[in-house]
Amino acid sequence: MTTFAPGLVADLVTEFKAKGRIVIVGASLAGLRAAEALRDEGFNGQLTIIGDESQEPYDRPPLSKQVLKGWVPADHTVLPRLRDLDADWRLGVAATGLDRVTKRVLLANGDEVPYDRLLIATGTRSRPWFNPKEGALEGVFTLRTADDAGRLQAALAAKPGRVLIVGAGFIGSEMASVCRELGLPVTVAERAEGPLVGALGGVIGDIAAEMQREHGVDLRTGVSVEALEGDAEGHVRRARLSDGTTLDVDVVVASLGSIRNTEWLEGAGLAAGFWGVGCDAGCRAFDINGVVTDTIYVAGDIARAPHVLYNYQFLVLEHWDNAVFGGEVAAHNMVSLEPDRRPHLPLPAFWSGQFGVNIKGVGVAPFADEIVITQGSVKDRRFAAAYGRQGRTVAAVTFNHGKWLEYYGALIERSAPFPPPPPGYDQAGDMTPIPARFPDPRALTGLPDVVLTGHDPTDRGAAFRPKKR
Amino acid sequence: MTPETAWAEAMRFENRPDPYRFFDELRKAPVARVADDVYAVTGYWELLALAHDPRVSSDISRSPVAAKRAAAAKPPPEAEHMKAYGDQPSMIVSDPPDHDRARRQAMRHFGPPHTPDLIPSMGPGIEQLCNDLLDKATGQTRIDIVDEYAYPVPVTVICKVLGVPREDEATFHRWIFDAMAGVDLGPEAATDEGRARAEKGRASVAALKQYLQGLVESYAGKPGEGLLSKLVNDDSPDGPMEPQEAASNALLLLVAGHDSTVNTISHCVLTLLRNPGSIERLRSRPGLIPFAIEEVLRLESAVQFFPSRSATADIEVGGTVIPKGSAVFLMYGAANRDPRRFADPSRFDPQRPDNEHFGWGSGIHTCFGGPLARLEVNLALEVFLRRVENPRLVVDPPPYRRSQVFRGPQHLLVDYDRIRD
Repeated sequence: MTTFAPGLVADLVTEFKAKGRIVIVGASLAGLRAAEALRDEGFNGQLTIIGDESQEPYDRPPLSKQVLKGWVPADHTVLPRLRDLDADWRLGVAATGLDRVTKRVLLANGDEVPYDRLLIATGTRSRPWFNPKEGALEGVFTLRTADDAGRLQAALAAKPGRVLIVGAGFIGSEMASVCRELGLPVTVAERAEGPLVGALGGVIGDIAAEMQREHGVDLRTGVSVEALEGDAEGHVRRARLSDGTTLDVDVVVASLGSIRNTEWLEGAGLAAGFWGVGCDAGCRAFDINGVVTDTIYVAGDIARAPHVLYNYQFLVLEHWDNAVFGGEVAAHNMVSLEPDRRPHLPLPAFWSGQFGVNIKGVGVAPFADEIVITQGSVKDRRFAAAYGRQGRTVAAVTFNHGKWLEYYGALIERSAPFPPPPPGYDQAGDMTPIPARFPDPRALTGLPDVVLTGHDPTDRGAAFRPKKR
Repeated sequence: MTPETAWAEAMRFENRPDPYRFFDELRKAPVARVADDVYAVTGYWELLALAHDPRVSSDISRSPVAAKRAAAAKPPPEAEHMKAYGDQPSMIVSDPPDHDRARRQAMRHFGPPHTPDLIPSMGPGIEQLCNDLLDKATGQTRIDIVDEYAYPVPVTVICKVLGVPREDEATFHRWIFDAMAGVDLGPEAATDEGRARAEKGRASVAALKQYLQGLVESYAGKPGEGLLSKLVNDDSPDGPMEPQEAASNALLLLVAGHDSTVNTISHCVLTLLRNPGSIERLRSRPGLIPFAIEEVLRLESAVQFFPSRSATADIEVGGTVIPKGSAVFLMYGAANRDPRRFADPSRFDPQRPDNEHFGWGSGIHTCFGGPLARLEVNLALEVFLRRVENPRLVVDPPPYRRSQVFRGPQHLLVDYDRIRD
């Protein structure tokens, strides 16, 4: 076998940085930061950024908080630019397909954009109301985009009689908090046993439920909303709950989680689907067989990569800083060759603001089976809690106690024993771990099938079995 | 050099202008036992871990250092007063939940979300002060940056913020000076002069506290302007702060609220003048000024460490086990020059990337007044750069103040051609 001179690899990198063509699909946080990182890395080639929304990249966390409260207009959360980009922006036009053979991204307007390296950062969208006819009623909203936030803010400012929020995850809970701050009657209907249960478990969910009720939220747990009814003008007026009750409502927000924007990759032969786009820890996409690609990278909410701290399980992390750091690592690796490629090994971190409480977390709480409240006072809504799995610390959450997260982050990073040692002061009480009460992850999740095809080792491969529609 | 020797040298007065070569020596063990029951932390990562470790207490009453100091001291004549007032600790020497509560009570009247406008509203007054001081220096060609520029600005500002009468400054200035000089953690503390300074320092602290106690009590029930009045007349969920505790925190906020700002302004001028070209660079790119200030804070941390912390359990860090009950000195100034964290750490680089230094501390005790100090130092430096023509250092190193903790020049003479309008 020929041994390439070391200079050749360096020449390849130099030439690619000068003349390569990189296309980023997805013009939000991950896409923007990746583009900036590419230029920082010395990439001077052609850079194209494709986004289906017409606005330039903006920040989403304020949408469910400051924007809904009316403090900040919906179009005023544009992300700061960290540098000049000299990019070809194709905003307001969605990518509709990917041809890996000719290396082209197909756009909704019929254009085709060729690439040498592709970054997939198409993120997620909100899961729409399950009944399209009901979802089309006036007064029924979802919240993901700036346009969504603008419309919902206007509806809230009009002082509706009652707001119904369906789903008490972080976004649903934040919206309920805003409604109460605005003095609006609000009902939250959650199918699980409490708010935030999917992300933080039932123990924290109980606390979150108390917070909601203390602030006057009409919280209904263990129920689902089965139907929405409109008036003659097509405006939503009533909701039917699974417990047989009905509610008179003027605004309904479906906060049902997100759907990953992978449809445009259908047929491209990537490990893309319901769960995101599979990639390695260096952000390189897997094809459908689980073989890593050389030219396609993934970052942000849609990336699903194995995480060393969590038994190498494939995780999607819909967190703000995962988009930033994932974008940066993807960018670096797009213009680097072995051994200069870096892993994206984030310590997952997130925050939320609701009912006057700043909630922050690190790690992956749903990976845990136990929890212990370590510091502070649950009653006063100022505490830290650590999550453990099989004797090691895997996550932590704080309520108005965020300055302690650094400590727990370090424990998680080094797989420190669980429970952590008792603090020297302000102990929360009993340090005995209790079950964290996460719902069974297998419930209510309909994954599409993947099947193996072929018989000879040479033609053996994987294929998706289309879902029955 | 043993850690004990390196520590003693770093603390020695004659090495105050440059303790860093001894910190480098000490950092060979990033966590080292430097005296009986005392561990010094000079490594960046080790300090970061300990600053956030809930097994490290800031409650001074748990520290062996405090116990030793108390045992060594004759009760000062003011002890009776102190007893009468009780001795409520301030937030910097307290742990949660008391610390958190006190900090909330004070922050409510200082920063967002309840008081978002206070600090920004001080800007024009600060700039005016800086300009007035330089106006005074017009017609001469030498200025003592410490006495004639760096000191008057923050002391005036903190008096206004707290509601301390500015005319009392002459009185409390001496007390604060002596109090600082009295806290000596180096070998000179054991000399006769050292003991005398400690004695004088204790008396000064007592006098200062008595003064502030009187001030706070005068505000009780009579709401007026300023944070101290608001602290004792509060209707927040945490309620008003007890007068004794308010007096302790008043002392903390008054002292910390200007002293380290003085040192930082002085060190900014010193550092810029030591690095040829940097004055011109910042003049042509004023956007670099905030970064230059952070870099000065990294290099010359105004609070080098704060000797209140101790370990409440055996803590393993940096290959060392700090035994339960030991004092833990987080050496911010030393960790800020850890080459494992900062490339070429002694170099002044206003464009240093990722400059997450410990100049403001780290963890729950992170500088309370940082946002105000940043504004003051920025404006003071901007005005200095704009108006002082061709500034030159007269003496380098300048004479330093005695304190190892609040490290800064006692005087900083600068010659210049003229003060621009």
